[in-house]
Amino acid sequence: MLHSRHYTPAHEDFRKTVRRFMEREVAPNREAWQKDGKLPKALWLKAGEAGLLCTKVSTEFGGGGGDLYHAMIILEEQTRIGFNEVTFYLHSDIIAPYIELYGTRAQKERYLPRMVTGELVTAIAMTEPGAGSDLQGIRTSAKPDGNGYRLNGQKVFISNGQVANLICVAAKTDADAGGKGISLFLLETDGAEGFVRGKNLNKIGCKAQDSSELFFDNVHIPADNLLGGAEGRGFPQLMQRLPEERLIMAMSAVASMEFAVAETAAYVAQREMFGKKLGDFQNTRFKLAECKTKATLARTFMEYGIDSFIEGTFDITQGAMIKLWTTVRAHEVADECLQLHGGYGYMSEYNISRWYADTRLGRIAGGTDEIMKELIGRTL
Amino acid sequence: MSEMRQTSVSYTDEHEIFRASVRRFFEEECAPRQAEWREAGMAPHSIWKRAGELGFLCARLPEEYGGADADFLFSVILLEEQARSGAVSPMFSLHSDVVTPYIAHYGTAEQKAHFLPRMATGEYVGAIGMTEPSGGSDLKNLRTTARREGDDYVINGQKTFISNGITCNLLILAAQTERANGGRAVSLFLVDTDEVEGFKRGRNLKKLGQKACDTAELFFEDMRVPSSALLGGTEGQGFGQLMNRLVEERLMTAVASMAIIERAMALTIEYVKERKAFGQRIIDFQNTRFKLAECKTEAKVLRVFLDRCIQEFMAGELDAAKAAMLKYWATEQQVSIVDQCVQLHGGYGYILDFPIAQMWADGRIARIYGGANEVMKDIIGRTI
Repeated sequence: MLHSRHYTPAHEDFRKTVRRFMEREVAPNREAWQKDGKLPKALWLKAGEAGLLCTKVSTEFGGGGGDLYHAMIILEEQTRIGFNEVTFYLHSDIIAPYIELYGTRAQKERYLPRMVTGELVTAIAMTEPGAGSDLQGIRTSAKPDGNGYRLNGQKVFISNGQVANLICVAAKTDADAGGKGISLFLLETDGAEGFVRGKNLNKIGCKAQDSSELFFDNVHIPADNLLGGAEGRGFPQLMQRLPEERLIMAMSAVASMEFAVAETAAYVAQREMFGKKLGDFQNTRFKLAECKTKATLARTFMEYGIDSFIEGTFDITQGAMIKLWTTVRAHEVADECLQLHGGYGYMSEYNISRWYADTRLGRIAGGTDEIMKELIGRTL
Repeated sequence: MSEMRQTSVSYTDEHEIFRASVRRFFEEECAPRQAEWREAGMAPHSIWKRAGELGFLCARLPEEYGGADADFLFSVILLEEQARSGAVSPMFSLHSDVVTPYIAHYGTAEQKAHFLPRMATGEYVGAIGMTEPSGGSDLKNLRTTARREGDDYVINGQKTFISNGITCNLLILAAQTERANGGRAVSLFLVDTDEVEGFKRGRNLKKLGQKACDTAELFFEDMRVPSSALLGGTEGQGFGQLMNRLVEERLMTAVASMAIIERAMALTIEYVKERKAFGQRIIDFQNTRFKLAECKTEAKVLRVFLDRCIQEFMAGELDAAKAAMLKYWATEQQVSIVDQCVQLHGGYGYILDFPIAQMWADGRIARIYGGANEVMKDIIGRTI
């Protein structure tokens, strides 16, 4: 199925490990966690032990030394069992790279090895009640205070916010400098006075993925915890990472499309209606043909994106296109597949109901559809 | 638009030189005459001869048959450049990439020696007679029959929607022959229309678009052809022959759709940057940028998929289901993007002097020909 020149047999071996982990550790507990609204700490440690965390981080820091295909494999294997929560890739492929790419040597040594083991669980706190993709409008501030900073402000929609013990926080170090006044801080939450987690927000989907408001009331951050050691670099650091982050979101969308089609094909092959199989109705076959076509195009586009990324030609426009197209199509496919399930599709015990609710997030997180169009529109 | 044309297909310098001369031909000799040919309902035979002279017909044939031993990409280039120039007519690709390969692949040595060199010069203009009034993609129910009589076949029946039907002088005709066991099977015949009696062309059908291309009904009344006209010399091979060619035909349809999308986008982006409304340029409205961003994204997704399919085809790996997906998706996108582009042109988009309006009318058939998109979904559905 995979056509990439960068996908190797070693990737397939890794897939076996991941599949075993998902089937043994995640599948039996998934429902309970989705009820709890978050994942237990023990799962993070087990995932670390199995080598599933920070697969792209350099082996020098204990990571897997892998590439984007490792991230894709984890997403595919977790989606296969109906676990679409962003939690692992957020930690491994979104947050770890900030520290590895922009952190000081000391920051890398201090945090990365413990992120690999799952001892540290991370979150990234950018969005605020009054600022989403218009990041320059954030109000959380970090003011110098002795040998460090005092952090004040509020964040919202922070994934892993309930469980994280290391949070990368975007704050203004210079209120008048716009984008140039934003810096990223690594906040160790254990014993951080003035740091308060709000309630676990109740979401439409991705139920086992906790999402929180966070409050900072004069929280002290040591100067050593300013990412990269220099102020005012936060905005370009965040911007530079966005194309890859969006590519990873596309992987999740593609996986959900493929499994939705496969699962629906299996469903319609056994379900009987009006004396014949649901799959024998022309409408069923045509709708599934449309869905499969979308999934096939999406996979080709994604593999092209991953290969471009590995070869260093993947840019912001491509990132916007790939995220826009795959997440919109993934939700369309989930909707159509749910429809083919009839009433059962509306029941939570069927994976398709979860895919339907979960894929809706793809069109919002990581920059909405509208932000993607804005970015693409600039290149016309 | 140059970045839209970014492709992962490997074109050589030789391809690019060829592209430049093909582009000149279409821009200078075909595009400016479309209005005249629309009026006439077809292109004149002289333009076929001219294309032959320039080496633009049947370039993939071996040199011994008058071709240039060119690879598949030369056909892609010809079709892309024709679509980009806005020259809908003549249907060179039908002749070179659809009709010619039947003879090149399945013909006897005599058939190849007689027809191919004359197809390469444009002396013969080809057409395929497959569809009948009672059935399009439903090949197994053809009503046209070919009865063996001594050394001849006697053919009776009727065809419709035949592209090049008025201009062709070489028709590959699908008809039912009788099997030894009394059953029937499809066979293909090479009909030199100037050499037979009992062949009659109906009127040039009036169409919604593609008015510069002739499309006809054809009638066969006791039309007698020699047994040497049977393609490949063996009866009953027609169904397999037709099926084997469909993957490439569908791929070529998508090549044209892609080029049309790129042209429509280029025209529209140029237009919205010039045209003003309510005191600002159309492109300065968010809706315009968002709609075009959607179109550009669709175009890019299709380009990546098409390139992958071209590469797989050249490696002999493109299967029927994927070709069906490509044809279905490419033509749906072509029609919807061109429609969006008409919308962004406002009233001018409805005026046929504007190329986008012409593209809108010409394009609708893409979702129907080469196997309607419903047939494509049937093919894809069988693999799920």
